[in-house]
Formats: sequence, C-alpha cells, structure tokens
Amino acid sequence: MSFLEYAPAPESKSILHLKKKYGLFINGEFVDGHGTPFTTISPADESPIAGIAYANEADVDTAVAAARRAYEKTWSRMSGADRGKYLFRIARLVQERARELSVAESLDNGKPIKESRDVDVPLVAAWFFYYAGWADKLDHAGYGPAPRALGVAAQVIPWNFPLLMLAWKIAPALAAGNTVVLKPAETTPLSALIFAEILQQADLPAGVVNIITGAGDTGAALVNHPDVNKVAFTGSTAVGRAIAKSTAGTGKKITLELGGKAANIVFDDAPMDQAIEGIVNGIFFNQGHVCCAGSRLLVQENVHDEVIDRLKQRLSTLRMGDPLDKNTDIGAINSKAQLDRIRALSKVGEEEGAQRWSADCEIPAKGFWFAPTIFTNVETSHRIAREEIFGPVLSVLTFRTPAEAIAKANNTPYGLSAGIWSDKGSRILGVADRLKAGVVWANTFNRFDPASPFGGYKESGYGREGGRHGLGAYLDTGWHPSLTAAATPLSDALEAGSAKKPRRASVAKKGASK
Amino acid sequence: MTIETSVVLAPASRAIQLIGSDLTEKSLKLHLDGLTGVDAVGLQARAADLATRSIKTTSKVWALDTIIKLIDLTTLEGSDTPGKVRSLVAKAMNPDPSDPTTPRVAAVCVYGDMVGDAVAALGSAHAAGGSTGINVAAVATAFPSGRSSLAIKLADTSDAVQAGADEIDMVIDRGAFLSGRYGLVFDQIVAVKEACRREDGTYAHLKVILETGELNTYDNVRRASWLAILAGGDFIKTSTGKVQPAATLPVTLLMLQVVNDWYRLTGEKIGVKPAGGIRSSKDAIRYLVTVAETVGEEWLQPHLFRFGASSLLNDVLLQRQKITTGHYSGPDYVTID
Repeated sequence: MSFLEYAPAPESKSILHLKKKYGLFINGEFVDGHGTPFTTISPADESPIAGIAYANEADVDTAVAAARRAYEKTWSRMSGADRGKYLFRIARLVQERARELSVAESLDNGKPIKESRDVDVPLVAAWFFYYAGWADKLDHAGYGPAPRALGVAAQVIPWNFPLLMLAWKIAPALAAGNTVVLKPAETTPLSALIFAEILQQADLPAGVVNIITGAGDTGAALVNHPDVNKVAFTGSTAVGRAIAKSTAGTGKKITLELGGKAANIVFDDAPMDQAIEGIVNGIFFNQGHVCCAGSRLLVQENVHDEVIDRLKQRLSTLRMGDPLDKNTDIGAINSKAQLDRIRALSKVGEEEGAQRWSADCEIPAKGFWFAPTIFTNVETSHRIAREEIFGPVLSVLTFRTPAEAIAKANNTPYGLSAGIWSDKGSRILGVADRLKAGVVWANTFNRFDPASPFGGYKESGYGREGGRHGLGAYLDTGWHPSLTAAATPLSDALEAGSAKKPRRASVAKKGASK
Repeated sequence: MTIETSVVLAPASRAIQLIGSDLTEKSLKLHLDGLTGVDAVGLQARAADLATRSIKTTSKVWALDTIIKLIDLTTLEGSDTPGKVRSLVAKAMNPDPSDPTTPRVAAVCVYGDMVGDAVAALGSAHAAGGSTGINVAAVATAFPSGRSSLAIKLADTSDAVQAGADEIDMVIDRGAFLSGRYGLVFDQIVAVKEACRREDGTYAHLKVILETGELNTYDNVRRASWLAILAGGDFIKTSTGKVQPAATLPVTLLMLQVVNDWYRLTGEKIGVKPAGGIRSSKDAIRYLVTVAETVGEEWLQPHLFRFGASSLLNDVLLQRQKITTGHYSGPDYVTID
C-alpha cells in the first residue's frame, strides 16, 4: 500500500444538531421570512444541508427596527464593561462549540476541516476576545475623550470565511456600542445561524444582533435602509462600488473590503523552502478564495525555473478531497457560479498564451472542484495577471531588479496585500515601504491577528478592520452626517455640524482613515 | 578569519562533482556560505502543519510496523555490559514475545567496544552487509563530544569496523565547525569514511552526527548537512542523544530538505536519522509523515531512514497490541529490553 494515501480520517458530523430549516434571527428569536426559502448545499457533493429563510424588504425593515430599538433602549445605555462581558461570553462559547462550528463551516463552505479548525474558528474567538477588551476603554483609544457609537450597523459579508468575516464585523461593532443587522452570503449561511444560537445562549439582549439570510436583493435592501448609520461590506469590487454609489450623500459611514490581486515577490536570496510554502499558503489556502491571496507570483528571473520546479513538486503532495477529512489540504470550490468563473478565466489564460500546469488530483464526481493550477509565462498585460480569479490559480511573472518588482507589484487597480520573500532585512523594509498595499507580509503570507489593522488601497476598498483602527470604523470620531458632500454647501454643513455638536469642531474626515 | 587557500582538501567525489576539482577550504566555504538561509518561523510552521496529519486505521497499522523496522535500538551508557548488550540484541530480534508477527528492528547501536558482543549475540541474525537481518551500528570518533585527535578517532572507527560493525555513527567536530574551519570538519569526515573501509574493499555505512543542539541555528544545520553529504556521509544524523535539544521535527524536516536538494541535483539518495527524544508512537508517526511528504515514501526504508531511540520501541509495541487486542495494556506487557 502507499502510505501517502492516508486512510480516511473524517471528522464526525454527529456533533452537529442541525435543524431542517432555519428562520431569520430577529430580535433574539428565529422567525419566518417572507421571501421564498432556499436550500443551502454542501459544495463537496451538492447534497442539501438545511432550508434557509429568505428576507424580503419587509423583513429587513423589521430587523433594522429591532436593532434600532435595542440600540436606543439597551445597548447604548449599557456600560462598556457590561458590553465587554457579553463579548467575552460569546468568545468563550465559540471556543466551547469550536468543533461544531468547524464542522458546520467546512460542510457549508467546502473548506478543509484543518483550516476551519486551526484557522477560522480560533481566529473568530480571538476577535471577540480582542474587542471585548476594548469595550470599556473607548475613551483611551485615541478617538477623543468620549467617542460615541454610530447606531445601527448594516453588515454584509462574503462566503469565503463566513464565520470569521462575521466576527470581524460584529465584534468591533458591539464593542463600540452599535447594534447590528448582518447578512451572511447566500451560499454560506449555516455557521452564522449556529452563531445566532450562541447569542441566545449568551443571553445577549434581544435585537442587539440580528442575522437575516437571503440573496443580493436582501443585502441591497439592508445597506440602503434609511435607518442604518453604518455600512460595512466585504465582497466583490463591483458590489462595493454599487454600495458606495447608493450610500453616497446619505450620511452613512462606510467601510469596504473588496477584491485584490496581491503580488507575492520572491527575491533570489529568499529562504527557498519556506518561500515555496509561503507561495502555496498564499494562493492555495482556502482554495484561493481569499481577497488578499497572493495570486500574482513575482519571481526574480534568475531563480524562476528552480522556484517553479520546487513548487510543482510541492503541489503534487497536496491532497484534494472531502473537506471533512482531517488530512485534506484543498477542499471544494464554494459554488457552481464561482467554479464557472475560475474555469472561464483559466481558459482565457491559456488563450492569452500562458502555460498552464495543474496538479494531478483526482476530481470527485460530484460537487465543485478545481485542481491547484499555476500559469507560467504570464505577462503583465494578460487578464489572469490583472483580474481577480478568486480560486486556486496562480499567475507567475518574473522581474529582474527590486525596482521592477515594485513597479509590477503596484501596477494593479487593487492594493489589498503583498508578500516579500528575502533573507535581507533592509531589502524587505525598503520594498515594503514602496508597495501600495494595505498589508505587506514579509517571509510569511495570509497571517491574521485581531490586533493588526487590515484593509486596502485603490479598488480594494477603504476603511480598516482589525486593531484599534477597526474600532474607529464603528465610532463617531468627529465626522458627522451633515458634513458629507450632500446637497448642503460646506459652510452650512460646518455650521450645522458645530451647532449640533458643540463639543468638537472638526472638519469632514470621511475616508481619512485611509 | 583568513582562509588558507592553498590547503587542498581530501578528495571526496561528491564535493569534486559539485564544487570542482580545485577543492580547497575557500571553495568549500564559498559554497556553504552561499546556501540560501532558513526562515525559522516558516520552517517551524511547516513542521507543525505536518504534525497535524491524522494517521488512522490501516495507515496506522502500517506506520507502526514501519517504525519498528526503522529503529536503531540503542544503548549508549557508561554502564553497558556484555549482558546488557545481549539483552538488547534479544529484544531487537524478538521485540514482542507475545506476537511473532512483530517485525525486527533495523539495527542495534552500541559503543565500539561492545560491537563484538553484539555480533556474537546476533549470530545468524546478523545482517553483516546482507539485505536481511539486523545490523550492528557503533558510535565512534570519541563519541559524544568528538574531542580527541584525528588519529584516535580513526583508530576508534577502524576498531569497530574490524569487530564487525556494519554502520559507524561518527560525530563532527562542532568546535571546528562553529569557528569556521569547515575544511577541518570536511577532512575528518573523509578520513573517517576511509577508516570505514573493510579489508575486502567494502565500506561500513557512515552516519554523520551533526549534534544540531550544539549548532544552535537552522542556518548552521543546513550548512553542516551539506558539508556532511559533500564529504561522503551515507546518512546525516541529528544528535548523539547526550545533548538537549536532541532531534526535533523542524530540524529533521530541514535535513530532509537538504537531502531532497541533493537528490534533485544528483539523483543520489542520502539517509536521515533523527536520534534522541523521540519516545512516543505519535511522535514517530509525525516523522514518517514528514519524510513521506518531503522526500517521498521511498525513504521509509532502513537504508534511507532510521530512528535512534531506546524507549520508542516499547510504546510502538503497546500501540500495536492495542490494535490487535482492541484494548490498552500497560508497561508490564512489554519487556524492558
């Protein structure tokens, strides 16, 4: 027998206590939605998991009203220390139910259990612990003597890290004193609904967090709801742009975490074996469904062949298959639609003249799968070097000098993240300084920590999540609705603003956190 | 330090193949210093990742038997006696008296003066260079410190080989390595290799102990691994077991990566032996996974991978009994040696 064909080691689904169908979580209870319910499926074998309610405009209205009521009556009146207690409690419950959450996440999303178990869920708990600590220290966060909550936050999150993105959104919002209406992605609502059960278990006051499921129109109704004070969105640049347009002039504070086409730069003095691991982790982690994925590999030309050779050897040891098997490295693509997009862009890559190589993986008969793929001979003008593929596809380009590496890395409409691999500290710092990316990793990739701010340049969005900066996104820090570039002239706005808020005379700072 | 460019090093075919026929201390140093660095965080993260593999059912059964086949059952004490060595050999030949299907270990590893006793105790079970049977490995070259003259190290080695040792586990001169005298370390390995030569022209297998716990940095381990391979080592071995830390998964992974590099470069397969500190089956299985996923499954054979261990065997036997009988027994259900 072959040892490397490890015997199956599946994580048991028996830990899950799933309902046949889930309602909307509004005002602390599960209620029926008024849209047509849909079914969430496992992308690994297309089997149905549970029925999910669909929130229409009336449901969105109910949820926002519940959040407003909870804000006015409970949450905004509660002391920071008490809010912190709830957040600590949620964090501990997430840890207690970690295995259940991991299994649910892998089942619904298709990501390997070792990632949901070792990355997603531990980070979710870490996020709540981190922001729990901030809840009673807002006065000392550097946002003035008494920063205030914004009110109701509308949050729309993507399907690539369903529970982690929920934590990135909910933890700072609650710590800062806001209430929340959150919409998980259509294809991955499951872990958010189990999280709603955790909120019940934690006795979080009704309405502080509302979770409504549905599709794009649900999200649109939510972010465009007039009684929402803050919009936080993570997802595609196209949708982000639409949200920016529709919320412009409404006075809603907004943060957008959008797409990316990160450069992972490998210099010839890089620690080679670790760089190979970093390249693999950069683009094949979570099937490449990562907005900050290192999807453009920039390799110094003199080590190109060696890097590609080693990369292929390493990729042939990756194990693709059942997301619930503890030895699986690459899980399923999240949806048919995404698989189609990855296939289409890969085809474009071939047509453009890039050379395609895919790992020799056995593709399961059912479900959505795409073998880890690298394209060599990619030129900067190719679409696969410019457009976000959001899948396990790596485009390899070369450079000759550090200056060229920087120029090529920055030559993208995006600017979310970048990676540098070199043994030389001064080079790392020098290059990092000139990269236009929100996060720059040195000799590592795709590492996240709640204390570190995260966010992008250019079409990768604006605002920061994580750390003290992420807190600021949910606080009234001197910016005021009447100070926006709405119909009122700036001078009037300033007057109105200072009349309403005599304690601070500040100017419009929208987007200043960038 | 100044490099003595005129000092021509002992000829070692691998080094000549890679560096060229004008092999000097300078050319060797240039080569070793030109190796790319190791990122400690990344190396440890990769090792930790490999350690999460879940080896169950049939894979576990195979892994446990394979571990036994890869063990150098070791006793390296000042108090070793012929009786203790005979007892160790008996255990090596028949690890679990309650289960005759238990495989034998690869070798017994003893001090040089005990080789004769080990050979005698093995009798017809002694592999003596053959493909079946149990090898006798001897530690040599003023093990474990290596602090003696070259003449004594060579005599130590040839004594053991003449007494019938099939494998020699030598230590490198860590002091020379750390002070940058790579040429001295190189020459000593070449000379010891020559001392492994038997009268009939064959060689005892040479395992080169780097004592990674004293080299301290991963960059040093990488250089020393290259040095040992270039000088003609058949195996590179982590530790004597007398210095802490002994074998660790990241160090072993790093050495396997060097072996992989050498294989990619020349097609030649070098063995790796982690030694010291591997006590549980669970730990040992992590090493098997690391070998298989770094250099390939082919390396999971006694001529390419060994565990230097004494207490590991009994834990593997307990696990094996658990799989056979369905329940855990206890330490009194396996023999102490």
